[in-house]
Amino acid sequence: MKPRKSKISAGWATLLADRLFRYAMTLCAASVLGIVAFVLYELHDRSRMSISQFGWKFFSSQNWDPVLGDFGALPFIYGTLASSILALILAVPLAIGVAVFVTEMCPRVLRGPISFMVELLAAIPSVIYGLWGIFVLAPLLRQYIQPWLASTLGWTGFFTGPPYGIGMMAAGIILAIMIIPIIASITREVLYAVPQHQREAALAVGATRWEMIRIAVLRNARVGIMGAIILGLGRAIGETMAVTMVIGNRPEISKSLFQPGYTMASVIANEFSEATGDLYLSALVEIGLVLFLVTFVVNIIARMLIWSITRGSPARTNA
Amino acid sequence: MPNIRELSLSRRIKNHFATGVAIGASVLVLAPLLAIFGYLVYKGVGSIDIAFLTQTPKPVGEAGGGMANAIVGSALILGIGSLVGVPLGIGAGIYVAEIGRGTFAKVVRFTADVLNGVPSIVIGMAVYALVVIRQSHFSAGAGGIALGIMMIPTIARTTEEMLLMVPHTIREAALGLGIPQWRTTLSIALRTAASGVITGVMLAFARVAGETAPLLFTAFGNQFWNLNPNEPTAALPLQIFVYAISPFDEWHKQAWAGSLVLITLIVGAVFMVRLATSRGMMKGARN
Repeated sequence: MKPRKSKISAGWATLLADRLFRYAMTLCAASVLGIVAFVLYELHDRSRMSISQFGWKFFSSQNWDPVLGDFGALPFIYGTLASSILALILAVPLAIGVAVFVTEMCPRVLRGPISFMVELLAAIPSVIYGLWGIFVLAPLLRQYIQPWLASTLGWTGFFTGPPYGIGMMAAGIILAIMIIPIIASITREVLYAVPQHQREAALAVGATRWEMIRIAVLRNARVGIMGAIILGLGRAIGETMAVTMVIGNRPEISKSLFQPGYTMASVIANEFSEATGDLYLSALVEIGLVLFLVTFVVNIIARMLIWSITRGSPARTNA
Repeated sequence: MPNIRELSLSRRIKNHFATGVAIGASVLVLAPLLAIFGYLVYKGVGSIDIAFLTQTPKPVGEAGGGMANAIVGSALILGIGSLVGVPLGIGAGIYVAEIGRGTFAKVVRFTADVLNGVPSIVIGMAVYALVVIRQSHFSAGAGGIALGIMMIPTIARTTEEMLLMVPHTIREAALGLGIPQWRTTLSIALRTAASGVITGVMLAFARVAGETAPLLFTAFGNQFWNLNPNEPTAALPLQIFVYAISPFDEWHKQAWAGSLVLITLIVGAVFMVRLATSRGMMKGARN
């Protein structure tokens, strides 16, 4: 039989369509990298004036004076760090507690509802947290919690001065509530990734449930839990609206948690659209650039730790 | 067989103590949720009326008025955001799951995860520099672009996850029939994973629907009706923010009402997703 032209190889139209399709999808994928590059480029480009004017002094100076054109970011860096660390101190034990409870202890029926409610906490917009912070949390702090803290723990120096309600403490608490869901849900994923036979082995040698959790579960998952915590830190550093609404917005550094503060994200939110003068704008953009770089690095570290445990399967509930 | 009673007292106490601590932590985490929702409903229900849903804001000191323009503005901005974010996100997901196998795909996945953690206000700043400065005015379009960018990572990662659940035999069957790769991917693989992909889109949508920070200097806000994507536009979260930090009681009431509307929309979306995924609509993707 005479060999015919093979029908199996596709026609040119199909080949072209396939190639175009592949290019288009590659372009979409490249857009993710493109966005990061574009953000970095724009922020660097617009902050050049401030970078050349202030240099490293920008990070050590406490002056923030738009009238004289003298800008230093130290109070904002301090405020961001202090509020984030306070949030972590409050959120980490609670988030890990919930994750352990859901994965290891609670009856199967409760698993779904509790996870769902924690997810709901993540779905509340930041501006609503802020609204609640202003009208519920701050008065509560002002009237009951802060006076009590001042009289019992005032000697530490962290709880002195007039109890405004609004201030560093309110910001830390709101942030803690906001980052609990992300830490809890990633910790849960990581705990699920611990092989079942590890638990069985611990129970088989006579461990109680708590000993099993400590020896077999938490120890195996500690790298991933660390990742979850760092991811929470990244969220806390970048959180804007709720913090802006409750922190008091004063560029001051003070040891007392009752005092108002200011964060990098909130100074941008408050002053960027009203900034007059190129240097002022440029200084604000430089704060944005620092914020971007810091959260970027923090997220890279966190994702690497989490990926080392879950092998890169996407976390389901970080929406 | 060892009996639980043979355990030493201290081990038993520790075990019970740990259980107690975990339960306590769960209660403490869920308490703010109930407190926020409870207060929101309590404050919001009394403030929502027909005027709130049909009128634009009144000047300071005048009672009444509403946020109708902000609700419509939010819809406009979110629509533009979806136009930007959904195709790019699904495309990136398809690339990572179906086409790319090498380092580049890995880098894209990783960057998407990292981009997910970049503060929204920074995205807003970059879009301000790209769009607002060049056009020299605020616009709904700029706000939409900022929100669209924020949707991409979530959509890309969910699309990828859902596509990876589609069994290879289905694709092989399609390719075996001589269907070209692009049709196989779009009409067979993506179709099978469709409900999961829609879940991802809804989650991304719900996430950006409440975003305020990136809109501060892109969409900017507006006291009046606007449907032109090239003009400054009001958005529900923005309006809530402005009213919340104002000193007027009347505006505070409106902020609570706006929050209740916003949270109803968002929780409604999340709840629908939950319902859809638990009712076995995703079976096609799971089998």
